[in-house]
Amino acid sequence: MTNLPASSAAVGQAAPEFTLPSAPGRNLSLSELRGHPVVLVFYPADWSPVCGDQVALYNEMLPVFGDARIVGISVDGVWSHAAFARDRKLGFPLLADFEPKGEVARRYGVYDAGSGTAERALFVIDADGVVRWQYVSPIDVNPGADGILEALDQLPHERSGS
Amino acid sequence: MSELKPPVGPDDHTQGPLDAPIVLVEYGDYECPYCGEAYPELKAVQKAMGDSLCFVFRNFPLSQAHPHAARAAEFAEAAATIGRFWEMHDMLYENQSALDDRSLIGYATQLGFDQALIESALRGDFSTRVRRDFASGVRSGVNGTPSLFVNGRRYDGPRDADSLIDLFERGK
Repeated sequence: MTNLPASSAAVGQAAPEFTLPSAPGRNLSLSELRGHPVVLVFYPADWSPVCGDQVALYNEMLPVFGDARIVGISVDGVWSHAAFARDRKLGFPLLADFEPKGEVARRYGVYDAGSGTAERALFVIDADGVVRWQYVSPIDVNPGADGILEALDQLPHERSGS
Repeated sequence: MSELKPPVGPDDHTQGPLDAPIVLVEYGDYECPYCGEAYPELKAVQKAMGDSLCFVFRNFPLSQAHPHAARAAEFAEAAATIGRFWEMHDMLYENQSALDDRSLIGYATQLGFDQALIESALRGDFSTRVRRDFASGVRSGVNGTPSLFVNGRRYDGPRDADSLIDLFERGK
């Protein structure tokens, strides 16, 4: 593991705001999601060769996440994201942290300069935009969703779904 | 870290004694090629470990990626009601490329399903059980298929028979 830079997205503090392309010609800002819990999923790359890869897995789990909004972020460009999302029939947005490359991952302290990609990092942000939980997984271990669900359960706001 | 919830119990499909020193749980998807690769490996592990291993299967169909996975899992659950879960489990993994409804009905007929049970499985009567397994997998930290849990803890290491047997022999 490389040394992590000090995260500027610490638990208990406001999540750093960002605006990134979510599709060709469209942007998404973190602040647009205010009012819902948000799960930020930083991951190394689209097109992981494993069928149970992290993004596909969370896609299956969308009903379990209730009213939380899931957002994937990698350094891949919008066209790669668009093709990947279509291929995997993804029901949540993938944001392109492409230019300047990895800028948002850096701001969250989860950019791996060695590989030039984001790490496998999860952030749960509450409806008011405050970071409530974060986890960085070893790059070759898909972290699953149990930690996310426990963090969502502990948010003060009532959560729908089960 | 990720722990099996709920623990293995009487509702589970098991092979081997529940109080075996090694309890191996697979969360699997009948249409997943990686589960298909693991299938003969896990069989070899079971054979080598004998009664010191209890093997448990729970459903984790990735329905977005695998259109037949959920229905196949429901047919295996239907088979359980006539005591033939493991035969169906094996048949599905040995015929991963033919899991359409017509094929499933064929396997069911071979295993002695009557018409009512076939219709019940096609109607989705066993989907609750499959969804319950899926939800328990999510809570347990399943991170893809297959996901293995050894004595309640998620196992992320190599899944070939030799590696697993070596691990279990050391842990006995």
